[in-house]
Amino acid sequence: MHIPDGYLSPATCGVMYAAAVPFWAVAVKRVRKALTARTVPVLALFSAFSFTLMMFNVPIPGGTTAHAVGATLLAIVLGPWEAVLGVSTALGIQALFFGDGGLLTFGANCFNMAIVMPLVGYFIYKVISSDSDALSPRRTVGAVIGSYLGIVTAAACAGIELGLQPALFHSANGTPLYAPYTIGVALPAILVAHLLVAGPVEAVVTGGVVVYLQRTHSSLIKADVAKKKEGKLWLAWGALGLVALATPIGLLASGTAWGEWGVNELKTIGLGYIPQGLQKLAGWWPAPMPDYGLPRMAAVIGYILSAFIGIIFIGTLTWLLGRWLSRKNTAKQEASVKEESSD
Amino acid sequence: MKGEDFLTKSISGFSRVLESVVTTEDISRAPGLLQSLDPRVKLISFLLFIVGVSLVHSLPVLGGIFILIILLSLTSKISPGFFLKRVLIFVPVFTLVIAVPALFLTHGQPLVHIFGKIVITQQGALSAGFLLLRVTDSLSLGVLLVLTTPWANVLAALRWVRMPALIVDILGMTYRYMFLLLHSANSMFLARRSRVIGSFSGSENRRWLGRALAVTMVKSQKLSEDVYLAMLSRGYQGEVHVLQDFSLKRRDFLWIGFSLVVVIFLFWVSRL
Repeated sequence: MHIPDGYLSPATCGVMYAAAVPFWAVAVKRVRKALTARTVPVLALFSAFSFTLMMFNVPIPGGTTAHAVGATLLAIVLGPWEAVLGVSTALGIQALFFGDGGLLTFGANCFNMAIVMPLVGYFIYKVISSDSDALSPRRTVGAVIGSYLGIVTAAACAGIELGLQPALFHSANGTPLYAPYTIGVALPAILVAHLLVAGPVEAVVTGGVVVYLQRTHSSLIKADVAKKKEGKLWLAWGALGLVALATPIGLLASGTAWGEWGVNELKTIGLGYIPQGLQKLAGWWPAPMPDYGLPRMAAVIGYILSAFIGIIFIGTLTWLLGRWLSRKNTAKQEASVKEESSD
Repeated sequence: MKGEDFLTKSISGFSRVLESVVTTEDISRAPGLLQSLDPRVKLISFLLFIVGVSLVHSLPVLGGIFILIILLSLTSKISPGFFLKRVLIFVPVFTLVIAVPALFLTHGQPLVHIFGKIVITQQGALSAGFLLLRVTDSLSLGVLLVLTTPWANVLAALRWVRMPALIVDILGMTYRYMFLLLHSANSMFLARRSRVIGSFSGSENRRWLGRALAVTMVKSQKLSEDVYLAMLSRGYQGEVHVLQDFSLKRRDFLWIGFSLVVVIFLFWVSRL
């Protein structure tokens, strides 16, 4: 997944650097606070480990070998923000010294493999393992599923970045100037490879290491439940933000989402007529933001804003619902505790 | 022993990294043109070259840049065979595999018909050419920069361009301990390789690999603790101070002039 220079336009590289910088800034701040004077030696050694890990050949069925990235593993043992910096450093040395991944595409590679991958992987690991103790099999399951989904999400990001190139950057006669494949080709190609090969490799390696650490060095598997609660929420919002930022991709899709046809589209996609009931209902709920676009705004900004407003709206609703449910729950628990004590 | 291929592959991978580092250190200290330049000037000019390469939309210009790079490597006492092998062996070959289908998949004016059915489009051929040359140019610029600059000077230059000291320190130390860990991993693989007579199943091999990785991880954790204590006992307080004095010489100014001409040319060509 190391994208070399030449595959992405300089504009894309700039955008990806801009997307990565806030994460790096947060990571530096958090890691400094957590590790204080230890920051340099701990991160240096684990970055070196991350580099070594990427050099391990993993045997896969069929007689060939593949490499793991290990971002989720690092996040499980060190913490998510430490993993962001550790993997970034390893990728930096790979790019600078070994020409593995470009210098301009460094931001994009870090965004995919050192930011999206450990954060998504760690978030899923945390959700699955939540408050189990360090030796619980739930931690292994969480590590396996988290690392799998982490690398697949990272691959999807890489596929989208590559797939956007021909649509956004081509010469007057339609010659793609950078990566030549449209999103319809690039995304499935990279996703299939990661769903079937790189994903399982990552999952097996991460799971194997976690199982071994549980048996011999369980202190390395952190089970600090209370402290991480806040971090989890923050991660969830981060993931949502990423998805929201990715919404302009929808602009590149032609046609309409299946089942989301407007009344007029129904006619053109071959239905030939408009169902009577639908026509009656169509104008009944005037959406405040028709077609997700605020009036008179550039399409992209409109799209992103709509996504954020939608997320805030849905988020607030979910939060209220969650509060209501948890209140009900605690009330129930308190009631049952009272009952037990009265027994 | 087909099942143990991964051991051999890993061992040769580790050795390749260690070997390439040794040769790089050698070359970066040779008395060549690029080696004698100030690392800060070199870092910035090469980054600008790479940006320029990514902006140009002309195959002849991209080809011309590659020739320029080869000339520069010759003046820097790098044997062309070694340089080409290092540059062309991996990424451009991989890119070639990626680029070939683009010949057929890109829509546009037909250029060549194969068997009357399959069509290579003009746009497809141009696009594959762009990708291939651009990747080769950027990669060889990166390789040339690293081959002619000792790692310590790369770090000093990074610090000079206002990269946070924390990051530069981590980079420097990572580089130092990377070799220790690579070496220790290499020993583990070598030990395993020399003890295995029969062959194990894939899943047993993967389990061994998981254990090897976990042990390496535990080692790096332990080592980080030791290193920290060693630093602490030498008075480390979380800040690193380095001695560095770089001063620009006449040849640095000549190089700045030369690279400005090249970069301005590249930017001008990209606007045509």
